Amino acid sequence: MAASPGGRHARIKDSRHESTQFRARAIAGFLLIAACLSLLGARFFYLQVSRHEEFASRSDSNRISIRRIVPSRGLIYDRNGVLLADNTAAFRLEVVPEQAGNVDAMLAQLGAVVPLSDDDVQRFNALRRTKRPFDSVPLRLKLSEDEIARFSVERWRFPGVDVVPYLTRSYPLGAEFAHVVGYVGRIDINEASRLDADLYSGSTHIGKTGIERSYEAQLHGKPGYEQVEVNADKRVLRSIKREAPTSGSNLYLSIDARLQKVAEDAFVGRAGAAVVIDPRNGEVLAMVSVPNYDPNLFVNGINQIDYNTLLNAEDRPLLNRALAGGYLPGSTVKPYVALAGLELGVRKPEDTIVSTGEFYIPGDSKRSYRDDVRWGHGRVDLREAIAQSVNTYFYGLALEMGIDRFSSSLGKFGFGAPTGIDLIGEASGVLPSREWKRGRFNQAWYPGETVIAGIGQGAWVVTPIQLGQAVSVIAARGVRHPPHLLRAVQEGINTDPYPASTPAALPNIVHNAANWTAVEEGMIRVVNTPSGTAHGLGEGFPYVIAGKTGTAERFSRTDEEWTSIGSSPIQRHQVLFECFTPADDARIAVVVALEAGRSGAHDAAPIARLILDAWARFDDVQREVTSR
Amino acid sequence: MIDAGTIDQFLLRARLRVVHALQRPALDLQLLTALLVLAIVGLATLYSASNFDRHLVINQGLRFVLGGMLMLLIARVPPTVLRNWTPWLYIASLFLLVIVAVLGQGRGAHRWLNLGIMRFQPSELVKLTLPMMAAWYLHARELPPRWTSLAALALLIGAPALLIGRQPDLGTALLVAASGVFAVFLAGLAWWRIGAALAALGAAAPLAWPFMHEYQRNRLRMFLYPEADPLGNGWHIIQSEIAVGSGGWFGKGWHHGTQSQLEFLPEHTTDFIFAVFSEEWGLIGVLLLLALYVFIIGRGLWIAANARDTYSRLLAGSISMAFFVYVMVNGGMITGLLPVVGVPLPLISYGGTSAVSLLAGFGVLMSIHSHRRLLPR
Repeated sequence: MAASPGGRHARIKDSRHESTQFRARAIAGFLLIAACLSLLGARFFYLQVSRHEEFASRSDSNRISIRRIVPSRGLIYDRNGVLLADNTAAFRLEVVPEQAGNVDAMLAQLGAVVPLSDDDVQRFNALRRTKRPFDSVPLRLKLSEDEIARFSVERWRFPGVDVVPYLTRSYPLGAEFAHVVGYVGRIDINEASRLDADLYSGSTHIGKTGIERSYEAQLHGKPGYEQVEVNADKRVLRSIKREAPTSGSNLYLSIDARLQKVAEDAFVGRAGAAVVIDPRNGEVLAMVSVPNYDPNLFVNGINQIDYNTLLNAEDRPLLNRALAGGYLPGSTVKPYVALAGLELGVRKPEDTIVSTGEFYIPGDSKRSYRDDVRWGHGRVDLREAIAQSVNTYFYGLALEMGIDRFSSSLGKFGFGAPTGIDLIGEASGVLPSREWKRGRFNQAWYPGETVIAGIGQGAWVVTPIQLGQAVSVIAARGVRHPPHLLRAVQEGINTDPYPASTPAALPNIVHNAANWTAVEEGMIRVVNTPSGTAHGLGEGFPYVIAGKTGTAERFSRTDEEWTSIGSSPIQRHQVLFECFTPADDARIAVVVALEAGRSGAHDAAPIARLILDAWARFDDVQREVTSR
Repeated sequence: MIDAGTIDQFLLRARLRVVHALQRPALDLQLLTALLVLAIVGLATLYSASNFDRHLVINQGLRFVLGGMLMLLIARVPPTVLRNWTPWLYIASLFLLVIVAVLGQGRGAHRWLNLGIMRFQPSELVKLTLPMMAAWYLHARELPPRWTSLAALALLIGAPALLIGRQPDLGTALLVAASGVFAVFLAGLAWWRIGAALAALGAAAPLAWPFMHEYQRNRLRMFLYPEADPLGNGWHIIQSEIAVGSGGWFGKGWHHGTQSQLEFLPEHTTDFIFAVFSEEWGLIGVLLLLALYVFIIGRGLWIAANARDTYSRLLAGSISMAFFVYVMVNGGMITGLLPVVGVPLPLISYGGTSAVSLLAGFGVLMSIHSHRRLLPR
């Protein structure tokens, strides 16, 4: 099959012509190739020169990844520097799923070495889905030393599982401050969606309640970052640049931990709340809500059983009674009604009435409003009306004031509105008024309701913090300092704490000092004269105490519950006590509310006295120190 | 005794030998130098792209040595001998393609014949035997070719190209077909026929869609809209363009290309090694490399133009022009100018068989060069 040129064709091949023609074609081909490669070169120019900036930055964003460094959370102290919220080193188990092989089998084997609850496993699996396979995912928090030791021995069996140190929040004083300091918990999905991703990337916890929540912004701090070079699998190869995080600010509360402890102990577990305020500036010195719970349980994820127990407990330990507990104020409102009446000019301090034990609205003899004492207290002036808690005096006073003047005057003490304290979850309470009733029930107001409003019954609802604010207004001779907890802020370890900005004082509501004096004298008599409802409470106390008791019926007397617990008078009432001391130059105001008790004087007042005793002790020491 | 006569005779013979050697040097030094420079650039780029993988570079170097030896061997074979063998070589290579196709029934891409010591890709052999066959066929016929010749050539080119395309190896099929078509082009096919053929091809292109594999369709889709699936099918093109574009004028420097070193760029030692080169050496490096390729192609065409007969001219010319197709398709691919087709960058991409077959092709060029016309016209 060798070539036989021209064999089958008639025409003879012209090799010279073919050679020339080939040259022409070779040149044409070369020019075509040169043109195509020039086009390719132009494309390179377009990418490498015209669009260089764009591709250079895309190349950098490919290789440079920014890792957040989580700031350490600010600490929380009481006014004397007692630590209330701390960051402590702890160890947790972390798993890199990519290296762990069969994760389910690994978890089953690991569970035999370190106890893993269903909650742990569920949370781990949920978290794992949101991360990349080479990211480390926490599995078990807060390992005990024993668990660490056991795992270390078996560690070779679990590739990709490691014990990792981390900082966890701890509350050294535990339950005592559960309602004030609150707690941090893991960021949940709802929170994650509204948080500033810049600030919180890398953070696992956030303030859920209390100071931890309301001062989250200050406590959290600013994360630092580290620029790292990563490869296509996002594995970190080296660090390029690092900026240290800024720790959260340390907070100093106005709370005195010693006073808090005394107050807490004084309740001996009875459900209720106490608020201690410095009336000169609104600083809250103690705030107790009983029962309470251990906030440490919540930090690393409370298990479902514990949580349900707390949530469903009949005495509601999760409720902060000082802020959100609604109490019928009863007679504790009488000093305010009295001061409002005097300021309005409806009464003069010397005006007297005769208490017969019964009160009728003029022109309506059907319904009688009674005194606590069956036959009445006799002739009383304003001071004695407060001292003996004479209902009929205040029935008449309230009626003469009329509901509109009544509610606007008492509103000046802060009733019916949140005090604005720097905690979240405060209730408004109810200040009886025509508008309130219209809004709530869409019903007209009746004079009878005004009458009982005068003695703190009916629609009234107050929170202990509201009552604390109100009694502080009287203690401060008419000036209202809204209560607050934050006293000073420290940014960084080496700086001095600076005072926190406090809410501005409201204008004095007392226009005639004599009016105030009359009310104050009435309150002094409550504690210090034999006719006073809390008489004897001030015995042996270094300063004069001014106070007022309140005993409100928990149930209507027609209620079945009234009869069912009738055998136990101790349980029959909500009992309250409010006081301040020294009476003429008050430095402390105390409110105690108990959910069940015989009377304000019998149950609430002694708790207040224990608090005052402790305060006086610490106050003496304080004075000695400062005078030295 | 040595007399003057014998010395004269010896000197004459020696002179003749020298003249002879000068007139027909076994190798073209210019082409050889260019190839050597290209091979060194290739190994250096590979060393960087593989993140200093010596094993890989030594492997590639060994293939260059093997290919070089094959080149020297073929350079010794006169073109007339090659021409006489051509039909048999062509038939043998076609036979091997059929065997691969039969053995590969029911499997994925099947391109290899396992010869025990090494795996052999018959399609690489076809890269040489097809242009040889086209040249052989045209050599015996009147040029420019007639319709009947063209029909026969279409069959000779189409059969192996289709067999390779079915493997499926679109890149090699394209290269193989191109080398045959270039032979026809160089044979003086009338321009209007070329124009008509290109127009017909363009019009028929959409008809290919139903016959394409899904991955080929995806490549075409991604060529048109790479940002549609940046983490999947579009990843190659996007990362390659980033690598090229971020190189700028002067590049990031040898072994400093982050796109390849940090493994954002896939297949950075094989099909996408040009992107690594572009990233590390910038536009200046790219233009120099393209210039080197243009020189090699030009030199090949020059050798073809000076060849002794039609067979040699057409063969040398089509091998040189096919070399261009490698550069164009690979360069077009990494810059997003052309769709992704698995064509290596000649003598730079890692991969044995293409380097060997390329160097064998240059061996043919060398042979044609050393057996060119003795006297210029």
